Amino acid sequence: MDRAAVIGIGITKIESNKVKETFADMVWEAVNKALSDAKMTIDDIDNVITTSNDFWDGRTISCMAVGDASGARHKNVSCVEGDGTFGAFYGLARVLSGSYGTTLVTAHSKGSESISSLITNAAFDPIYDRALGMDMVSACALQAAAYVHRTGTTPEQMAMVSVKNHGNAKYNPLSQLPMDITVEDVLESEMISDPLHKLDCSPVSDGCCAVIIANEKRASQYGGVPVWIKGVAFCADSYFLGDREISKAVALTKAAKKAFSMARIADPLSEIDVAEVYDAFTYQELMWLEAIGLCEDGKAGINLEKGYYGIKGKLPVNPSGGLLSGHPVIAGGLIRIAEIVKQLRGEAGGYQIAGAKKGIAHGVNGLCGQSHCIWILDGEK
Amino acid sequence: MNDIFADVEPMVFKSGINVPYTWWTGETAGAFFISIRDEKKIMGRRCMKCNKTYVPPRKVCPVCFQDGMEWVEVSPEGVLESFTIVRRQLASLPRKVPVVFGLVKLDGADTSVLHYVEVADHRKIKIGMRLKAIFCDDRNGTIHDIACFAPTE
Repeated sequence: MDRAAVIGIGITKIESNKVKETFADMVWEAVNKALSDAKMTIDDIDNVITTSNDFWDGRTISCMAVGDASGARHKNVSCVEGDGTFGAFYGLARVLSGSYGTTLVTAHSKGSESISSLITNAAFDPIYDRALGMDMVSACALQAAAYVHRTGTTPEQMAMVSVKNHGNAKYNPLSQLPMDITVEDVLESEMISDPLHKLDCSPVSDGCCAVIIANEKRASQYGGVPVWIKGVAFCADSYFLGDREISKAVALTKAAKKAFSMARIADPLSEIDVAEVYDAFTYQELMWLEAIGLCEDGKAGINLEKGYYGIKGKLPVNPSGGLLSGHPVIAGGLIRIAEIVKQLRGEAGGYQIAGAKKGIAHGVNGLCGQSHCIWILDGEK
Repeated sequence: MNDIFADVEPMVFKSGINVPYTWWTGETAGAFFISIRDEKKIMGRRCMKCNKTYVPPRKVCPVCFQDGMEWVEVSPEGVLESFTIVRRQLASLPRKVPVVFGLVKLDGADTSVLHYVEVADHRKIKIGMRLKAIFCDDRNGTIHDIACFAPTE
């Protein structure tokens, strides 16, 4: 792969209900933060990728509505429906094609404006299983039960993910839910769908993220600090839950292997300094770490108990607080990329991992992690 | 800096989207629902290349990416692969909580079907338990023609 870099990032504050901001206001804020971070103007942007979902936005062809706030007028703009990491993948491919020197990628959603359960229920097949009434939370609970059954991961270990990530969020001023909580608080919170308590689940959130990607020539032209893209891959599994080995994330393992190979990383655990993974639910952080190959299968809960994944641990995971502390769907994965960029530039403030050189960001699309996108980023060219 | 919008009343606009759809089930799902409706038989599709039997049935094998498939009847009994007991009245649920969802791998099938599981004592629901399909008396050709999966004993 030719060299390319992330040269600007912008994240809005993640909130439960941005009552004074429209989706376009959020996008405008994130885009301007990213441009300012990259020391660029909108005229330096060669093309734009927006990432949105029509159901979350409550309008069809939502990608067209967000174009104005993304500065896409009179530019080549295209869109991705899904997680922002996939939008960024497309944006990167456009830079690597040689047709564009820079791509602006945006991803937004306002979960507060609709009813998440109805929207995620509509992701199920209308002929075979939608009418049963399952949604994202109950589907992931089914996956969590299968994962726990296969690995022996305990409710306490799952709860520790929530304790860690809400605790990390105290150092992240953009986070929605910084909290001092205990394992008992998680286990005593409302059981929504066994084995997932309320505090095992990420909240409904509003937020937007924007990222600017550039080719090697343009990356150092504006005065911002480039973070280099060393490996990127994505992979999808079967659509129907019953077709998959639901307690494993086979597609994530394949994506991660490819991304590590591109980045020439032979031993991920010794070479990766920080990870931001898609922790929409507590069990997912553990399950994804194992599938990525950053932990032996079934051992992430035990490693978490040993403190491996804390900010000062062997492999800090979600030092920003993760999605458990604020989960704007669609933007979720792009925020993971932006958070790794902060870490590798040494700009993460109170949750900075000392000396972080290489990091991994992870995005998910679809029910129970049907599709995964992996980004390996490096502070060094 | 003064926030000139500080005193502006936050306005919200309530609306919704309600679009009726009429989906053609496709001949494969159509045949599946007709055999449940008319004969209380659960049919799968077996790939003649990899021998994998899909329930619910698919026209094309998603693994082999080819359409050499044949219809096979599978058992209405099978094994519970995973389950969850939904406690909160999520907006998507058409019935009152607690609702138990399960993935059930029927004997003769290689994939699992998603459906309701009904066991009188929830503490007795275990991954690996044997379940059987309970068919409704009044069947209309939808997934609700199976009421739920219940213990075989």
